Amino acid sequence: MPVLPQVISFCRRVLRREQKETELDDEILSHLDLLTEQKVKEGMSPEEALRSARIELGGVEQIKEQVREARMGAWLDTLLQDIRFGFRMLRKNPSLTAIAILTLTLGIGANTALFSVVNSVLLRSLPYPRPEQLVVLSEKKAGFDRSSISYPNFLDWQRTTSTLSSIAAYRGEDFFITGTGEAERVPVGMVSAGFLEVLGVAPVRGRFFTREEDRLGTESVAVISAGLWRRKFGSVPDIVGKRITMNGASYTIVGVVPASFYFQASNYDRAKDVYIPIGQNTSSVFYHRDVHPGIRAIGRLKPGVTLAAAQADMDRIARNLAMTYPDADEGAGIGILPLKEDVVGDVQPFLLVLLGAVGFVLLIACVNVANLQLARSTARSREFAIRSAVGASQSRAIRQLLTENILLGVVGGAFGLCLAAIGTQAALRALPETLPRGQDVGIDARVLIFTLAISIFAGLIFGLAPALKTSRPHLQETLKESGRGASGTRHRAQGLFVMIEMAVALVLLIGAGLMVRSLIDLWSVNPGFDPRGALTFGVSLSPSLGVNAATMRAAFREMDEKVQRIPGVQAVSCTGGALPMRGENEFPFWLEGRPKPVTQSGMNQSLYYFAEPGYLKAMGIPLNRGRFFTVDDDEHAPPVIVIDESFAHEYFPNEDPIGRRVHLAIFEIEPEIVGIVGHVKHWGLDTDGDATHPILAQAYMPFMQIPDTFWAEPPQAYVVVRTKGSPTGIVSAIREAIQGLNADNVVYDARPFEEIVQDSLAARRFTMVLLGIFAVLALLLSSIGIYGVISYVVGQRTHEIGIRIALGAQYREVLRLTIGEGMKMAIVGVAIGVVVALGLTHLMVKMLFGVTATDPLTFAAVSVILSGVALVASYVPAHRAARVDPMVALRYE
Amino acid sequence: MSPDQTNLLQGTLDLVILKALALEPMHGLGISRRIEQITKGTFKVKAGSLFPALHRMEEAGWLTSAWGESENNRRAKYYRLTKAGRRQLEAETQRWGRISLAIARALETT
Repeated sequence: MPVLPQVISFCRRVLRREQKETELDDEILSHLDLLTEQKVKEGMSPEEALRSARIELGGVEQIKEQVREARMGAWLDTLLQDIRFGFRMLRKNPSLTAIAILTLTLGIGANTALFSVVNSVLLRSLPYPRPEQLVVLSEKKAGFDRSSISYPNFLDWQRTTSTLSSIAAYRGEDFFITGTGEAERVPVGMVSAGFLEVLGVAPVRGRFFTREEDRLGTESVAVISAGLWRRKFGSVPDIVGKRITMNGASYTIVGVVPASFYFQASNYDRAKDVYIPIGQNTSSVFYHRDVHPGIRAIGRLKPGVTLAAAQADMDRIARNLAMTYPDADEGAGIGILPLKEDVVGDVQPFLLVLLGAVGFVLLIACVNVANLQLARSTARSREFAIRSAVGASQSRAIRQLLTENILLGVVGGAFGLCLAAIGTQAALRALPETLPRGQDVGIDARVLIFTLAISIFAGLIFGLAPALKTSRPHLQETLKESGRGASGTRHRAQGLFVMIEMAVALVLLIGAGLMVRSLIDLWSVNPGFDPRGALTFGVSLSPSLGVNAATMRAAFREMDEKVQRIPGVQAVSCTGGALPMRGENEFPFWLEGRPKPVTQSGMNQSLYYFAEPGYLKAMGIPLNRGRFFTVDDDEHAPPVIVIDESFAHEYFPNEDPIGRRVHLAIFEIEPEIVGIVGHVKHWGLDTDGDATHPILAQAYMPFMQIPDTFWAEPPQAYVVVRTKGSPTGIVSAIREAIQGLNADNVVYDARPFEEIVQDSLAARRFTMVLLGIFAVLALLLSSIGIYGVISYVVGQRTHEIGIRIALGAQYREVLRLTIGEGMKMAIVGVAIGVVVALGLTHLMVKMLFGVTATDPLTFAAVSVILSGVALVASYVPAHRAARVDPMVALRYE
Repeated sequence: MSPDQTNLLQGTLDLVILKALALEPMHGLGISRRIEQITKGTFKVKAGSLFPALHRMEEAGWLTSAWGESENNRRAKYYRLTKAGRRQLEAETQRWGRISLAIARALETT
């Protein structure tokens, strides 16, 4: 009887309970029919017969219940029996079992680890009620899909939206807490009154601020995090009404958010310690419609409203605003995006490619274990022939084998789960910051179910082929042949497995190879500055310094001098505005002698950096023409500006920019261009100037020429320093020096630029490392596979080889014969792999840099490497065979 | 129910069902009638014990079942012994022989 239909019917029987139930009904009904019929035959009237039959039959439901129980009991009995026997079989072959379990542990462990990441980052919903209604809003300007929002515009959105039930603005800034314990710098969220309401979270103590408090001229109030409550106030219950001093101003605490509350709008956002009303911002610039001070907004869709409907609503609002305020809003749109996409959108393609890759690793692991099982099946075919001869059904034999394999899978899965639990934690510790929602990664019920499912699935996959083969009873032959079994088909199946392994390994190696090439290309990209030896840190000078620009300038000059004197410091510069790869800041401008553009969107945009004379040296940026700043370009001197070559190229394509002037809309000054410096890849090595970061033009202005009105309290700046030795070693000396000036000065966020550049490639590096690990694992497993098969084939042919050698065959010929066998499989596998890889690598296009998805060099190199490994893997057993003593070989068996 | 009807001893139900099916495939009612017949009316197997036993034995692989036509062209589910079932019948018969012999001896010696 063919085996496959048997397996199918077996599965159907196990799975289709419903059908079994109706069948049972039918059976009992037919029984009743037969019984009635018999009674009629015995002389009863039909009615009487039916009644009597019913009585004799008894309660139908009871019978059915008993049948169900009996079935279940018998099924469990067999299962337990199979499991016990399975364990015994696995114990009998400890080395084989150990290899199989190790292979599966690696395969399932890698899959579980990655799935637990995918689960927490992509699948699990955000920790707020009805998270699917949450959206992120941003302004869209020409070339900018997700620009920050101007506050007056936000208020108009809030007032006029018809599709969002609530909407709240937020922006982040760091504040300095003084007076409560040690001075501390904390991230502060400036948010609308409805912020918690949009997210659906309630404070654990007190309340969130009201709409009345979310405007100028009201009492300063703050809501704090549970962490700050504990840290600063020892979690005292009467926290509401206490006061906290931030940046020298006093705030009344009105509430505490829950400890579990965590809002991360993007990968780089940090959990906030304090929330204050955004509407209490006293800076007048903040209320200009054409100023975009880093505000973003979250909103909640009204029930039943689709994203498209909300987008249409926002488009309408944007059109109205453009008509009402053409100066500021001409050409501006409103972008709306699901909150979750906003949080995890960047890493999604990376994770999905990795998930695919790790699935391939599991496939190879399964194929390898299937190969082991096949090897064992030769030995066991006699066992099963005997069982079959004494009456065991084929489905029973398959069931036994599958139970054993699933057992193997589940044991491997259990180890894999442990491996994954340890591995994920280790990986996340090694690579923090790489993943959004990384703090959520862990093993939950869904991961457990996934692991169990793939364990069983793996057991079925690698168990089915050997099970079908073993249970197929060529009774007489198997019993007659002393254990050689049906070696021909086995060999073919193994050959096929090896080809699959080679193909899959090739695909993974090509994926890893493309990532390696991308990273090498990225590393060789010149960032436009020299990150080696460059250090950046933030500094906040004591708020007690005074309130005018002059005292603050003096304080920074004093600090400069002090830092400059530290041994090992070669150059130092305070900065404001943008900082490469750290923070962006653009200003609108127009060129001198041209008319002022009528609308905001008609203005040119440039990144701007406030810098001191030491900046070029500290950052290692080359000066192309003209001059950079000197100490004489101070607040009393005429304003000057230095532009980069991109600025010059874009706005002065055919003329000499030096001596020309630009009009800066925000500062209302018209500085003269005095020099041109090299372009810095501000947005990152790979993304500078691409569609999401289109601004290339860069401009530098003297730090001391920052207009008086822009010196805000407390005096803060980022400082860049060039050091002779290791930049990290000097941080404590810098901190000591700066705090030596005033104990309330705070140094924070010190990071070497080399690290910053590295981190900008973190997601890619993470992908490359993991793909590399998977590919090496695949290579290892498949070479073990090819080695095993060639060893087996050679073992089978020892007799033949002995005869060949006895008849005069040379070592080289025998070697060629056996190696040829292995290489045939390898080359077919490589060919299949190349075709599959050509189809799959285009999924990676977004992650690649400098190479195409079908990079011929990578494809060729990987094919050669893989073939080489296959050659070595088949050489070892082939060499052994060719060295065989013909006498021994002939006596073999 | 006549007073001389004896309840089936635990474990003997399987044996008599296997025995009843040894000759030819039968449906449930046929099996119960056959048992009555071969035990000369001593055992009467009711549907409430018969069906669970049949399904249990099918699950254990001793029986297979298929729908067929009864003598009077009615649809009925027929049970048939498998190879494993025959083996089981042999083993159970031997075991039963040993037990009944042992019990008989035990009763004689008193």
